[in-house]
Amino acid sequence: MKEKNSVGIVKSKKFVCKNPLKLNSGFLLKEFELAYETYGKLNLKRDNAVLVCHALSGDHHLAGRYSSSDKHPGWWDSLIGPNKPLDTNKFFVIGVNNLGGSHGSTGPKSINAKTKKPWGSDFPIATVEDWVNSHEALITSLNISKLAAVIGGSLGGMQAIQWAIKFPKRIKHAVVIAAAPNLTAQNIAFNEVARQSIITDPDFNKGNYYEGEIRPRRGLRIARMLGHITYLSDDVMGSKFGRKLKYKDYQYNFNTEFEIESYLNYQGDKFAKEFDANTYIRMTKALDYYDPANGSKRNLSKVFKKIKSKFLVVSFTSDWRFSPNRSKEIVKALLDNNIDVKYAEITAASGHDAFLMEEPRYHAILQSYFNKML
Amino acid sequence: MKLDKNNYRYDFPIIANWVNTNSKVLDLGCGDGELLNYLKKERNITGYGIEKDPDNWLKSLKKGINVLQVDIEAGLPEFEDNSFDVVILSKTIQSMHNTEEILDEMLRVGKQVIVTFPNFGYWRDRIQSIQGVMPKSKELPYSWFNTPNVHLCTIKDFDDLCKSNKYKIVDRLVLTDNKSVTFFPNLLGALALYNLVNH
Repeated sequence: MKEKNSVGIVKSKKFVCKNPLKLNSGFLLKEFELAYETYGKLNLKRDNAVLVCHALSGDHHLAGRYSSSDKHPGWWDSLIGPNKPLDTNKFFVIGVNNLGGSHGSTGPKSINAKTKKPWGSDFPIATVEDWVNSHEALITSLNISKLAAVIGGSLGGMQAIQWAIKFPKRIKHAVVIAAAPNLTAQNIAFNEVARQSIITDPDFNKGNYYEGEIRPRRGLRIARMLGHITYLSDDVMGSKFGRKLKYKDYQYNFNTEFEIESYLNYQGDKFAKEFDANTYIRMTKALDYYDPANGSKRNLSKVFKKIKSKFLVVSFTSDWRFSPNRSKEIVKALLDNNIDVKYAEITAASGHDAFLMEEPRYHAILQSYFNKML
Repeated sequence: MKLDKNNYRYDFPIIANWVNTNSKVLDLGCGDGELLNYLKKERNITGYGIEKDPDNWLKSLKKGINVLQVDIEAGLPEFEDNSFDVVILSKTIQSMHNTEEILDEMLRVGKQVIVTFPNFGYWRDRIQSIQGVMPKSKELPYSWFNTPNVHLCTIKDFDDLCKSNKYKIVDRLVLTDNKSVTFFPNLLGALALYNLVNH
């Protein structure tokens, strides 16, 4: 059966960049590959391209399915497709897997040309700035001189901000959702717990595990469980699970008793099977490091001085990891520079995860914003 | 640009008269964005609107207004001193809790401040009060149990507030329907418009 408003069956592509990329860390990546996908058609003027940046656990597979038996569509399938808010009848949408990823772009799992072995722990930490520089190489290779928009949620929103700062002439709109100009101490703390759980997993073997059979799933599983708790709100957990039990009575043991435990365990297991531990710790580092204004709110206005693009900034009321106040810091710095900005604070119960949900007002806003763009 | 007849308001031209061409304008409680749109067309202004109601917010967005969903009861911390030529509070002050604070904030952020409100001293309102019911009118369409209005005032009340807080009034206009009222404005005027400056 044909899915309604779906981009249908899609295929990944690969961009090979032979030009070296100097990373923030000083590391020189001699060449790299980026896995990407596109949906819709680039128009004759080549001005309808929208780059979608992914967050911590995302990738370049935004919409559609790889085959008719593929169980899950891309991670932002609710947003992207014909007649959807980001309408592929009008826009040429690009998804790209970030450097250090484990879904086809050069990362710890890739073979290091020098050693002919997987990079493992030797793979450098790539930052938001490095990603945006690598995206720019991809966009140039596609012969696109100016993107209609760069959009992203959370860590993806940071990349949209970075695009506007670094390449002001090459982006018309930045759509920044559930993001922040940098991470708070609490956020960095959560990331460190996640990293420690992975790094101290005996199976992690300092990040060099690709040549063996065993994958460090225990630590990754715990990291994901922790993350999951913080991406949701207390209210939504309460209404979804409350104190519901798996069995009729308490079992007085350490097996799962409460529905929430069972849910978290399931999510952790699922994620640990699909995701790469080396990638996860690197993505959290990119989050921690990003801070274009070096921690100063005043400075953010200065950093935004050369921005030419227009902005849509969106936050969610129950998001306590990237709270509305953090989005307002972005808005404030844009206002200081007389930049066109629209800001919405959406009432949503699901916390940080709301940016991935199909909340009607949220999607109506994105639809209207994109509609006005062309 | 086509004006939406239903949304067009007779106070718009007066506000536009007080706004210089190419001004940078902040409209607090910008509703569906019609006033900013009108000022864009008539005065080539740039600027921003603030609106908390989601439906109105979206209407403003669809008109291309730079609309921000922030709570003006908390002041205007997103805006620097004197960063706007004009700050407008049109038919919104009566529904605000922190009335004095927002006026102070407007005068901090804007070089010029325009405030409009339904005059509670209007004779039709007074008659209803005498009859023992809460006034309802074109300017005050709500019933007592569902009104967002918490700080209704008369022209005299607002004059007194300006005096005691040293707000400098440069212009005041009172209207009933489309006509200017100069004779007993606090009794015969339905809508009051004030043009203030910071000093």
